[in-house]
Amino acid sequence: MGNKVLMKGNEALAEAAIRAGCRHFFGYPITPQTEVSAYMAKKMPKIGGTFLQAESEVSAINMVYGAGGAGVRVMTSSSSPGISLKQEGISYIAGADVPCVIVNIVRGGPGLGGIQPAQSDYFQATKGGGHGDYHLVVLAPSSIQEMVDLTADAFDIGDKYRCPVMIMGDGMLGQMMEPVEFKDTDVSDLPEKEWATSGTGMKRKKNIINSLFIEASELEDLVLERQQRYDEIIKNEVRYEAIDTEGADIILVAYGTTARIAKTAMAKAKELGYKVGIIRPITLWPFPFEAFEKALSSGTKKTFLSVEMSMGQMVEDVRLAVNGRADVEFFGRTGGIVPTPKEILAKIVEIGGAK
Amino acid sequence: MKRLNIITGHYGSGKTEFAINYALRLKEVFGSATICDMDIVNPYFRTYDASGFLTQSGIKVIAPEYAGTNLDLPSLPSDIFSVFADRSAAAVLDVGGDEDGAIALGQYYPHIKQEDYDMFMVVNTKRPDTADAESIIRLAREIQAVSRCKITAIVNNANLSYLSGKDDFIGSFKVLDEVSQKLSVPVKYIAGSPEILAQLDTETEKFPMQLFMQLPFDAFA
Repeated sequence: MGNKVLMKGNEALAEAAIRAGCRHFFGYPITPQTEVSAYMAKKMPKIGGTFLQAESEVSAINMVYGAGGAGVRVMTSSSSPGISLKQEGISYIAGADVPCVIVNIVRGGPGLGGIQPAQSDYFQATKGGGHGDYHLVVLAPSSIQEMVDLTADAFDIGDKYRCPVMIMGDGMLGQMMEPVEFKDTDVSDLPEKEWATSGTGMKRKKNIINSLFIEASELEDLVLERQQRYDEIIKNEVRYEAIDTEGADIILVAYGTTARIAKTAMAKAKELGYKVGIIRPITLWPFPFEAFEKALSSGTKKTFLSVEMSMGQMVEDVRLAVNGRADVEFFGRTGGIVPTPKEILAKIVEIGGAK
Repeated sequence: MKRLNIITGHYGSGKTEFAINYALRLKEVFGSATICDMDIVNPYFRTYDASGFLTQSGIKVIAPEYAGTNLDLPSLPSDIFSVFADRSAAAVLDVGGDEDGAIALGQYYPHIKQEDYDMFMVVNTKRPDTADAESIIRLAREIQAVSRCKITAIVNNANLSYLSGKDDFIGSFKVLDEVSQKLSVPVKYIAGSPEILAQLDTETEKFPMQLFMQLPFDAFA
C-alpha cells in the first residue's frame, strides 16, 4: 500500500515505459491517448531521453523503426485512426525484425469515428493491419496496474523475439485513474543487441536493418525463421485469466475494460443462480486457445458469450477456439458506447433462461 | 462562502468531485447555484457527466456544447458570461487540469477581477506530480500565470480513489503547510469521504464529499 500512487492510465503507461528503459518516444497527439505523449514530452528532457512530436503518425512510426534498429528501447502511441496511419511502418518494422512497443488506446471507428472508448481495432491488431506474413504480440490490460506491468513485459518480449509488441487499451483505460504501484525493475544490464546498427567501432562486420530481399528464396527463409519465433511466442507467452470456467454453463469472454464490466455482471448473475465463468484474454495474439480447451474438458454443455466494444471481432477467435464443441453467442456495443453490467446480465438471462 | 468560486489543480486532483460538491453546498447557502464545466483537457470524467443529477438538484449546468460527445473541440459556451452578468447568483467554475486547463480562465479575467472571488487549488499528494511542496508550488504559479487569477485557498484531497483511507493523508499536512506558508494561502478544507474524514484529527475544516465520477464496472445499476 505504501508505495501506491494515483495515476491516469495514459500517464502510468508512459511512466512504466520510462522505468522499462525507454528513452526514445516518437508520437503525435490524438484523443484519448494524448496524455502518453504529453507525459513523455515533460519527462524525457529531464532524464536525457528523446521526445519528438513528429509531423504525422507516418513519420513517428518510421522514427521508431530507425531508433529500434539502432537497438534502443523505443515506443510510440496513438489511437485508432493514428494506428491505421502507422500500419505501413509496422509491417516494415516486423519485416526487419525490429523490437519496439506500439500503444493503441482505442476509440470508436471506422474513419475518424469518435473519441469515446472502443475495442473495434481487434482485427487490425491481431490479424495483420499491415501487409505480409507477420504478427504483433498484442497485450490487453484491464486495469492500470496491469497496464503498467505489461508495459515492462512488452519491452522484454519485443527484445527477446525481435518483434514489435502492441499494448492495446480502450479509451476508458487511458483516461481513468486508479491506484498503481511501480515494481523495482533493473534495466541497467539488458542483453546486448548484436544485430543493431549501433556502430561497428571498426571491430565487426556492419549490421543491416532491411525488409527488402532480392531473392524470393532468401525472403522465404527469413519468413519461415520468423514463423518459428512466432511458434515460440505461442508456446511461451500466452496469458489469460480464467475464473470459474469448469463448473460454468455460460462462459463470458471479454478483455480490457469490458472484462471488468463483464465481471460485475457475472457476480450479479451468480447471485441470481446462474453458473457463469469468464475467460479474459490478456494476450489477444497469441490468443489463449488453451483456456478454452480447459473449459471444454469438463464435459458439461457450455455456451460461450463474447462481450466486446466492437461488432463481433474477437468472437471469431472464440469460434475458432471452441471449434463447434459449444454454442457461441455475442454481445457488443460500438461507436464509443460502453456496455453496462445490466445489458450483459440481460444477455446471460436470455441464454440461460429465466430463473 | 463567496459567490464566485474557481476550482483549479493538477489533473486527477479531484477538482471535479470538489466542484460538484461545492456547488451543492452553494445551492444550500445561496438558494441557487450554477456550475460551469470549463474543462478543455479531459474528454471523459467531467462535470458534464453528472449533469443529470445536478439539474435534478436544482443546479444550473453550463457545459461546452460538445462535452460528452464524440467530438474533441476545446470550445467554451458563451453562456459562461451569464455567470459574470448576474452577480447575485452563486457559481462554480470547474477548470481543466494543470496550467493547460487554466489557460481557459484567462479570457474571463477582466470579469473575474471585478469581484471578490475564491480560487481553490485542489491537491492530491498521492498524485506523483503533486507529491511534494516544490512541485505543488510550481504548478500553483503556472496556473496563476496563465489564468492571471490568484489562488485564495488550498484543498487537501489526498486520496487513492477506491483504495482511499485515512493513511493517504499522512504526510499531506506537512507538505501543504509548507505550500501554504510559501504561497501565503491557507489550507481551507480537507476533503474526502465522510467515513475517512471522521477518522482524522485535524483543525482544518472538513469538507465531506459524495463521489460522482463512476467507472462503468463500479456498480450494478
